[in-house]
Amino acid sequence: MRELPWPAKAYLIVIIGVAAALIGRGLIAPEHLSEREWPTLLVLALLFLVCESVPTLLNVEQAAMSVSFSAALAAVVLVGDVGAAMVGATAVLSVRPGLALHKRLFNGAQFAICGYAAGWAFERLGGHQDVPSVERFTDLIGPFMGAAAVFVPLNFVLFAVMLSLAGQLRADEVPLRGLVQFFVSYLGYATFGLLIAGLWATVQSISAVLVLLPLFIARWAFGQYLAQQRSYDATIAALCQAVETKDYYTRGHCTRVSSASTMIAQEIGMGPERMRAIGYAGMLHDVGKLGVPTKVLQKEGRLTEEELAAIQLHPMRGLEIVRGIDFLDEAFAGIMHHHERQDGKGYPMGLAGAEIPEFARIIAVADAFDSMTSDRAYRKAKSIEEAVAELRKQSGTQFDPVMVGAFIRAVDRRGWDPPGKVSAPEADEVVETMAKDHDDPTTPIEVVSER
Amino acid sequence: MTIATRPLQGLDSGQLLLICAAGMVTVAGVAHTAAVGLSDPEIAIAFGVLVAAGELARLTMPGNREVAPIGAAAALGYTLLLDVGGVPTRHSALQVVAVMSAGMTIGALPHLAVGRPPQLDGLARRLLSGALLAFAYRPLAPALYATTSRPGGTWWVVLGVMAVLILAMLTADVIIAAVLRAEQMRSAFRVTLRDELRMAAPLGAAVAASGTLLALASHSMHLTALVVFAAPLLVTQVAFRKYAGIRATYLQTVRALARVTEVGGYVEPGHSRRVSRLSLAVGRELGMAEPELLELEYAALMHDIGQLSLRDPIPGGATVLTDPEQARSIAELGAEVIKKTGVLDRVAEIVRRQGDGFTGPDMPPLASRIIKAANAYDDLVGSSTDRDRQAAALERLRLDGGDEYDPAVVESMSKVIDRTPPAHRL
Repeated sequence: MRELPWPAKAYLIVIIGVAAALIGRGLIAPEHLSEREWPTLLVLALLFLVCESVPTLLNVEQAAMSVSFSAALAAVVLVGDVGAAMVGATAVLSVRPGLALHKRLFNGAQFAICGYAAGWAFERLGGHQDVPSVERFTDLIGPFMGAAAVFVPLNFVLFAVMLSLAGQLRADEVPLRGLVQFFVSYLGYATFGLLIAGLWATVQSISAVLVLLPLFIARWAFGQYLAQQRSYDATIAALCQAVETKDYYTRGHCTRVSSASTMIAQEIGMGPERMRAIGYAGMLHDVGKLGVPTKVLQKEGRLTEEELAAIQLHPMRGLEIVRGIDFLDEAFAGIMHHHERQDGKGYPMGLAGAEIPEFARIIAVADAFDSMTSDRAYRKAKSIEEAVAELRKQSGTQFDPVMVGAFIRAVDRRGWDPPGKVSAPEADEVVETMAKDHDDPTTPIEVVSER
Repeated sequence: MTIATRPLQGLDSGQLLLICAAGMVTVAGVAHTAAVGLSDPEIAIAFGVLVAAGELARLTMPGNREVAPIGAAAALGYTLLLDVGGVPTRHSALQVVAVMSAGMTIGALPHLAVGRPPQLDGLARRLLSGALLAFAYRPLAPALYATTSRPGGTWWVVLGVMAVLILAMLTADVIIAAVLRAEQMRSAFRVTLRDELRMAAPLGAAVAASGTLLALASHSMHLTALVVFAAPLLVTQVAFRKYAGIRATYLQTVRALARVTEVGGYVEPGHSRRVSRLSLAVGRELGMAEPELLELEYAALMHDIGQLSLRDPIPGGATVLTDPEQARSIAELGAEVIKKTGVLDRVAEIVRRQGDGFTGPDMPPLASRIIKAANAYDDLVGSSTDRDRQAAALERLRLDGGDEYDPAVVESMSKVIDRTPPAHRL
């Protein structure tokens, strides 16, 4: 509470005051809640609390939503506006260890206000607060949707105002795509509230169990999915790093190319699925390098045609390795073609311009940039400015100008964290260093001419 | 894990029996319905469509298990249905079977069209367990409806009966699945039963709740609400699909990246894959449960990953022939790599202990002992399918047994290898 700025404090107090006034007024006027509704109210409040205590992360990862919304809307139908406000207010008591008191108070108060407003809308639209009988279900749908249409935006606005007053949110940070998903999921939850209310006459609280059980199981499965996902990302990174431990200087290359590729993808507005895919493609782009004999990479001076061919085979080798991973799909093209050039002088296929898959054009920029900004056995790392200038120079001949532009913008805005200085290995330390880096555009590999 | 994808090929006796039984029930159901005609055709069609949609949206859970939760819930809802909007329904158990099988067939057609035939045994199992419940519940339906419709009647008796019968059905379903799987995978029945139960419990609970919900909803509301009431289960299905997807991807990725040692010339082509298959078969023979088997598979695939840190590949990649000191350091390095993931600690431990002998007070975990033996066997035999060479390799492991290799592991391995037909030699 103490760290809140004063407008946020004032806002918090106003919200709590309004909520208290609404509930208090309802309790004094006896026509709002009759005796026989108390058991229903208690059951709903308990249900709301249980749901509120296990926030679900269904679609939107930033916003912890909870199924409790369904319970609150069911309360609108079953126990009316004041009842819904009281059910909402129990959010103060939710079992979430570590949740600060002022956040609890705010949650409870804003849920109470939303519940009351939704109840008001429900009655205005001709809804009648009671346990709906079986025949009346269809009459319920219109007013109920109205109630949901008041609840969700109000909830969102109350919350967004709080966040912006507390300085935790800037208007340009609200992701539009996330917002749409957010409202769609709320619509789904609203439907569940309708189901609970509609079935209440038949089996009372069992209806809530039947509706919410699949949702809780979904939540569990989704948690498992997220855990597996994290574990997967860690595993793929560890394995890629293992592949590059051989070369003392290129350590961490794969993770940096992965994050640079993701930066470019984000800058050109790729969807989340494709962004994930390009992250993996960047990570895996050089796994085929292991197929290149070490002695070729360590050889000083010029290479023979055959040795160069061995190096140029590595994208194909990489593809061969990862081909068994079904979901990568578009990433395959990125791995296979990441050494193609805009002017068609790249390898392995000699594709040019727009023939080169988008993923490959992105990885090419990220790959060359990380190579230039890292230390190599034969040279020191270039500064970010020098590397950017080099990208600009090769833009159109080696790199896709669109991707170069996007990368430079991304680096300008978010900065780039180049690998730390790699101190030259100790004399007695046994490490392997490579005399060449095939990714380095400033030091092309030289080939012994035929004559 | 080889499961025949082409129908009727590679099916064993239990599966054939199940498919025949399901076929017979289907024929009886369809014939009966054709003879007496559909009662309440709109309701039958509405639920049939939902079954078909569920079948269309089927998904494959880890361990190659096909499930169709929405279809199952729709079938369950139709079975349990007592009335629609207060008008009692009169459909017989045989009609339930007919609707289920028609829905499943229609839902499977688009998959067939794109060359993804359903697992016949899974389909048969879904149909049979649904039919079992129908035969138990439908005869009771008029009496149960009477308890709800008379003045002052409640739904509590009906709910109780539903709960008991659904539980019985799910139990039967899990037992059938475990019998089939134990036969197919040659694993111990009790272990398989526990695996199946672990896999089926969450989805089963969600399906049961949604099926009951569908039946009750049709009492309160019009049939159009059917779709809405499948919504909670739809959320569940989406979550499980994502989970199943990442599990499959994970395994594929480890399998793929384990091959870098082969591409780098550290081990012979196909080595990691052969060692992992042999290890899995031995682990199953020794009664390991599925989560342990998964760790065993990961460890077996990555057991040579430590070689990546070596300066030069060991000639021929035969770790059994290298000196113990070097083998130990490869194991340590590999374990280091795997530990870096931060999540596969137990796999790392298995890899770390893969070289340790069987003697001494500090015995390595079973998975490590299996990998040690499987690795040595593959180094000696490779991709060869020569019986004599295999026998000689096993003999050598036996002679070293007791000190180096766990005799129980070696015995199981020789059983597994004897059993494998020459065409599918590991």
